[in-house]
Amino acid sequence: MRLDLILRVGAKLILPFILLFALYVQFHGDYGPGGGFQAGVISAGMVILYAIIFGIRAAKQVAPPRVVEMMVPGGVLIYAGTGAYTMLLGGNFLEYTPLAHDFLHAHEWGIFSVEIGVLVTVCGTMIAMFYAFAERGRS
Amino acid sequence: MILANKAVENAADHAVAAAAANPPGITKLTENAELFVMMVLLTLLAAITLAIIRQRNMFGVVILAGIYSFLMASVMIILDAVDVAMTEASVGAGISTVVLLATLHLTQSIEYPQRRSVLIPFFISVVVGAALVWGTSGLPAFGAKTAPIHGHVAPTFIQYSADHKMPPNIVTAVLADFRGFDTLGEVTVVFTAGIGVLLLLQGGWRVTGNGRRSEDDDEQQGMDSSGGTA
Amino acid sequence: MKEAILEFAQHYNYFITIFLMISGLFIVIARGNLIKKLIGLSLFQTSVYLLYLTPAKIHNGTAPIYDYAYDTYSNPLPHVLMLTAIVVGVATLALGLALVVRIKEAYGTIEEDEIFSKDPEAE
Repeated sequence: MRLDLILRVGAKLILPFILLFALYVQFHGDYGPGGGFQAGVISAGMVILYAIIFGIRAAKQVAPPRVVEMMVPGGVLIYAGTGAYTMLLGGNFLEYTPLAHDFLHAHEWGIFSVEIGVLVTVCGTMIAMFYAFAERGRS
Repeated sequence: MILANKAVENAADHAVAAAAANPPGITKLTENAELFVMMVLLTLLAAITLAIIRQRNMFGVVILAGIYSFLMASVMIILDAVDVAMTEASVGAGISTVVLLATLHLTQSIEYPQRRSVLIPFFISVVVGAALVWGTSGLPAFGAKTAPIHGHVAPTFIQYSADHKMPPNIVTAVLADFRGFDTLGEVTVVFTAGIGVLLLLQGGWRVTGNGRRSEDDDEQQGMDSSGGTA
Repeated sequence: MKEAILEFAQHYNYFITIFLMISGLFIVIARGNLIKKLIGLSLFQTSVYLLYLTPAKIHNGTAPIYDYAYDTYSNPLPHVLMLTAIVVGVATLALGLALVVRIKEAYGTIEEDEIFSKDPEAE
């Protein structure tokens, strides 16, 4: 509809790779640089890029505001829930050793779960902030 | 048990590989090259900072802040802080630039000339800076292995990864495991700040207008709902 | 002479850190534009990243990702602290900017002097 065809096609080409990179950063964080904070910001950056190029209404169909707002406290709950679960298993708060029989495996599970919580909160917060600022400009 | 075998195997390879990674002749050269690249990048950082101070067009300031973040990420790479560099490149140059630009769109993009004198702030800054420079004389030299920071908990963290008790990325292990409670606090801070932004910008108490948050369905006639708040 | 230059080069990180720090301080004190103040605050914050990460580095060390081929790693603890500080920093920056947006809507300006002149109680 406007002269930003190259931008639109180019963005559509790179958007899935940004998401893939975010997932790589998230799940490869144990072995290379990365983790929940970076992956959350990168995946939020994907939604923000989509919103900038295709409009905020299209972005809201990809990431509905209700879901995004639930992600903000949801990640903290996942994180704290991991701690509560380890307490139920008989350990201390956020002591991952009871999660599995092998020390390394237990701690990898714990780190995995905690990083998911970080990802959800950071991603949700960044997208929610962007929506808040962008909507303020429209109304 | 496979892990234990692997550890023994690794220990055998260890000495040979370490010697191959750091041949003694090259060390001095890489040390100086690192120092030189670092000094160049840091000088560029200082130049960008001066430009940020002098620039009155806020759009220019935001773009300069983005350049600053990328330079800072490069410096962090040289400081071997790859996780931090990745975070700084995506957060500092990505998200914060977007948020700053959104704010400029909502406010104004020109900074008015100052009526007040800058002499007193300049004096305060110079005095604080001089005191801090005087304090640096007691700090350890850059890259010194004998610095006190390396003596306390860091060897334990590294040993845990070396013994295959923790994932290889020591930063992730410390972030999510050794200092998991700390990170829970940080996540809570991010959560609190996010809730604060949502309350401030989408809350139901606008200055003027009909005072409710905009949803998708009222965006069609949303233009008259709370325009012209100023 | 050569020792003096080497000494200067080895403490150059700290000098630049201090320069960035006092630049941020100067912007926060001297500039009246609220967005500029927030950028100054984040400059100050970035200088703190540098202050933490500089001593963590060891010459000929490598990034703190364990591999049996290396035995010298930079200190991971400052990295962890600064990693979380960056994300928390952008969250609080956005909170400050949201406050700036509200101030703009209430006062029509984001220059400190004009806000004070419109707000007689603040004088």
